[in-house]
Amino acid sequence: MNRFQKIFSRNRKVAVGYATSGCPTADESLEFMRGMISGGADILELGVPFSDPTADGPVIQQSSQTALRNGFTVSKAFDIASALRSEYPDLGLVLFSYYNPIFSMGPEVFAERARKAGVDGVLIVDVPFEERSEIEPVLNEHGIELIPLVSPATGPERMKKITANCRSFIYYITVRGVTGTRSTLPDDLQQHLAALRKVSSAPVAAGFGISSPETARAAAAGADGIVIGSAFVKIQLDDTLPAAGKRSRAEALAKLCFGAVR
Amino acid sequence: MKNTHYDIYGGQYVAETLMPALDELTAAYEKYRNDPGFTAEMNAFLADYVGRESPLYFAERLTEHCGGAKIYLKREDLNHTGAHKINNTLGQALLARRMGKKRLIAETGAGMHGVATATVAARFGFECEVFMGEADIRRQQPNVERMAMLGAKIRSVTSGTGTLKDAMNEALRDWVATVEDTFYVIGTVAGPAPYPAMVKEFQSVIGREARRQILEKTGKLPDEVIACVGGGSNAMGIFAGFENDPSVKLVGVEAAGMGLETGHHAASINGGRVGVLHGSKSYLLQNDDGQVLDAYSVSAGLDYPGVGPEHAYLHDSGRAQYTAVTDEKAIEAFDLLCRLEGILPALESSHAVAQAIVNAPRLGKDRAIVVCLSGRGDKDMENIRAYKAGNKILTCD
Repeated sequence: MNRFQKIFSRNRKVAVGYATSGCPTADESLEFMRGMISGGADILELGVPFSDPTADGPVIQQSSQTALRNGFTVSKAFDIASALRSEYPDLGLVLFSYYNPIFSMGPEVFAERARKAGVDGVLIVDVPFEERSEIEPVLNEHGIELIPLVSPATGPERMKKITANCRSFIYYITVRGVTGTRSTLPDDLQQHLAALRKVSSAPVAAGFGISSPETARAAAAGADGIVIGSAFVKIQLDDTLPAAGKRSRAEALAKLCFGAVR
Repeated sequence: MKNTHYDIYGGQYVAETLMPALDELTAAYEKYRNDPGFTAEMNAFLADYVGRESPLYFAERLTEHCGGAKIYLKREDLNHTGAHKINNTLGQALLARRMGKKRLIAETGAGMHGVATATVAARFGFECEVFMGEADIRRQQPNVERMAMLGAKIRSVTSGTGTLKDAMNEALRDWVATVEDTFYVIGTVAGPAPYPAMVKEFQSVIGREARRQILEKTGKLPDEVIACVGGGSNAMGIFAGFENDPSVKLVGVEAAGMGLETGHHAASINGGRVGVLHGSKSYLLQNDDGQVLDAYSVSAGLDYPGVGPEHAYLHDSGRAQYTAVTDEKAIEAFDLLCRLEGILPALESSHAVAQAIVNAPRLGKDRAIVVCLSGRGDKDMENIRAYKAGNKILTCD
């Protein structure tokens, strides 16, 4: 069993948290992620900042620009991953990236460095099923899973193709739109999740728009886990808080929202 | 159609939410591109609404000035809305109408594609929103006003450097949330498949006409066809007419801005390396870590860090050559065309004219060069005035 399979076999809802690596600095983001983990995150998605985050809303856009302005490089994401891996042996570690930083480094070099850093999975926002073959085999050779994304626009046939042979979990995008917090989730969320269940037995984590105990519970009802992103990143961007304050706010938010689905 | 790549270039690097929309678009495009009813409708609008065919004009005094090959200008500046952009927006709007979409969105840099989209939206009764970087809104005021008069809503984009790349990012973000009723009218031969092939096909009318016209006028094929390349739609349109004529040299002209060596340019092929942006793999201006760099050109329409994937392919295969022309040389060419021919070209097109001025003297007087004069320059007057006043340009910073 890989780490994802172990985490999803614990018989409780899985808590996935996203934070932007290097925002506002690499060290502060690492400390912030520790707070998310002590608040209950089972899997951490390390956002790799990109200059042109076309699938992200204003919060993650801003965090990416802040990180890049403060000298973020992809190497620093590997450093953060290595640190987390040595401190938390059971933590699921995912790099959440756009394709160009990976392509620029070279998929082979990227996969090798990710493996050495203890990364379990990679999620690439702008690599759909159609383009997967140029990166997935390389990742798999290094024991890393490419996490498939399914959206409300994805029909049943396509769901089947995308989720076949999934050895990690399916990231279900709850809304049509970019990342960001929302007060409610779509009415037909459960129907979509049910449709996904019909075609795949892989575990499902639902993300996008979840930021409160209410939205967390709504999303968790038909899924095996939930992902919270922008709500954490908002805290990362809060200039009024010192690093320690951000860490404790992250821990509190994790306890509140992840706790609501446990 | 599953031919989404040009060798290693092209592809569909987009969020999963957009894939079903691209599949729907591909299916509709494949269905209608060879549909006689669609073609007839398109041709009728091209003739009576756009004003095609556009003339192929012998630039006699420019030719004399250069002292070499005869220079012919394909006058896309005489189209309705003043540029080649409408050939494409017309095609996409007719397709959107058949697909039952209610709303058109577009990105724009210089504003020409925005105006062309707003125009067809008005003509066919679509809602229309145009995404435009705030820096471009400042330097292209006349086009902003034109779009507003045509009933389009302008969405000012403040992220990044507020130029074309950021406008395209924002249009993609909008489309992810609105795919069901919205058609994204991409203005160039970039973006995910099927856009590069579809936009080429809608623009290929330029090359088809130009080939026939030059044969009528000179009895033979030209030696060179020259066009400016930002994303590359006017170039791909005119190249399309000559791609199967191996004797015709195809020349794409990128914007060298302040000079390739300065790093302040928009020459993706001459100064970038292969990368992935906005849905396709092509040459891209980027740093060592794969972060996209800001392009720079005096011409807002060329100010884009990427280039259409088929251009990358034509470059690698050697079928087309890609040169680069600085702001300074483009403005000299602009002046020359104004004074010698009474034609005020767009700054984008001035880059192609500048290359023709260099190439013509190298060829004999019995030779011919066809230049795609992709648009008119009225929109650029303020920029040119500022540049000449020594302020260089109204930059984004």
